[in-house]
Amino acid sequence: MKTSLVVALCALFIPAASQAARPWLLPSQTVLARSGGWVAVDAAMADDLFSVNQGAMPVDTLVVSGPDGQAVTAQNVTKSRSRSTFDLELRQAGTYRIAVAEDAVMARWEEDGKPKRWRGSAAEMATGIPAGAAKLEVEQTQRRVETFVSVGTPTELKPGAGAGIELAPIQHPNDLYARETAKFRFLLDGKAAKDLDVEVIAGGTRYRDSPGEMTFKTDKNGEVSITWPAAGMYWLEVSLQDEGATAPGVKKRRASYAGTFEVLTQ
Amino acid sequence: MFRNFLVALSLAMVTGGGTATAADLSLRVEIPQLPVAEYHRPYVAIWIEGPDQTIAANLAVWYQVRGDHTKWLPDLRQWWRRGGRDLKVPVDGLTGATRPVGQQLLKFDAAQAPLASLKPGQYAVVVEAVREVGGREAVRVPFEWPIKKASSANAAGTKELGAVVLTLNP
Repeated sequence: MKTSLVVALCALFIPAASQAARPWLLPSQTVLARSGGWVAVDAAMADDLFSVNQGAMPVDTLVVSGPDGQAVTAQNVTKSRSRSTFDLELRQAGTYRIAVAEDAVMARWEEDGKPKRWRGSAAEMATGIPAGAAKLEVEQTQRRVETFVSVGTPTELKPGAGAGIELAPIQHPNDLYARETAKFRFLLDGKAAKDLDVEVIAGGTRYRDSPGEMTFKTDKNGEVSITWPAAGMYWLEVSLQDEGATAPGVKKRRASYAGTFEVLTQ
Repeated sequence: MFRNFLVALSLAMVTGGGTATAADLSLRVEIPQLPVAEYHRPYVAIWIEGPDQTIAANLAVWYQVRGDHTKWLPDLRQWWRRGGRDLKVPVDGLTGATRPVGQQLLKFDAAQAPLASLKPGQYAVVVEAVREVGGREAVRVPFEWPIKKASSANAAGTKELGAVVLTLNP
């Protein structure tokens, strides 16, 4: 069963044919009083939600944007074996978007009969991939792992960069309650992401015999309506493979979005 | 047909007062095909459970042998609790690689380990399966030991396991 390669755990987001473990950010709390405070966040890649029993998720590309759109610096950033952790001091009222995202190009080719691999940004392609490489395969990967925390009243989220899959929530992600229905909207390259499969799994999978995943499909507006069966932390994932790469000369693209959402009791 | 013939043959040998030890316990375990996006072969433990739920005999343990993936053996919760945690894997003739979707056949000679040391009594064969990013399920098929007559019993899982058929040949 747990066949995820150890290597997949060491490097964030290995676009291998096999599936890597589930990536997630887990905030210690998502609702803070108006005076604000400290939030601790775990970042891990583990299939058991939310057990830190597999591998750490590197947070090199972490971006925390505050209610005013300004970046908030993470403190006490530590990468341990099975998780990365960091603290955020949140004093300004409103919603913070905590995201680890990457937009990279993966290349495989053959050189003197030996397989070669390269991974880097679209801008580095010219220097990273030799011209005329044999059996060249390139693929763009756009991955985003997110969670949200609000101080006081949740505030409207600023639109994203318009690349890959993004969440443009209709129901605020810090205003979710058990047995209520929340509408989420997903964007692909800034436009409605229609017909995408959305998977939602409640945390605590280790204590259930069945993962109990809920699956949805986005409608023509990129929207899904999720009724939360109970309070708790939930993990949501949307992913796709298409030919919509934006890096020059690249066709194939893998895009994914993984979010952690706290659903509160009524 | 052929099995019936074998049963008849072994019965004839036993009733004939011979020293035949053809008695056996055979098991057919179905690993079902599942309509999931991400499929991994399940970890499976198969054992004989005594009346007090202890493990009377381990029959098979299938896990990801390549690479060190024994860390997920505790996910076979019942098996682990009842004695899997005392077992140092790999074990010759017991542990092996995960099996693909389909019918898995196992056969154990009553006169050989691990069945030879089984005391008379009520037992159950337990098949437990757990799958990465999937669920867990255990199926029990009760039986009586020693084997008195040819018989067959079955039970079925609903998610992670299909039919489990236990056939006893005296």
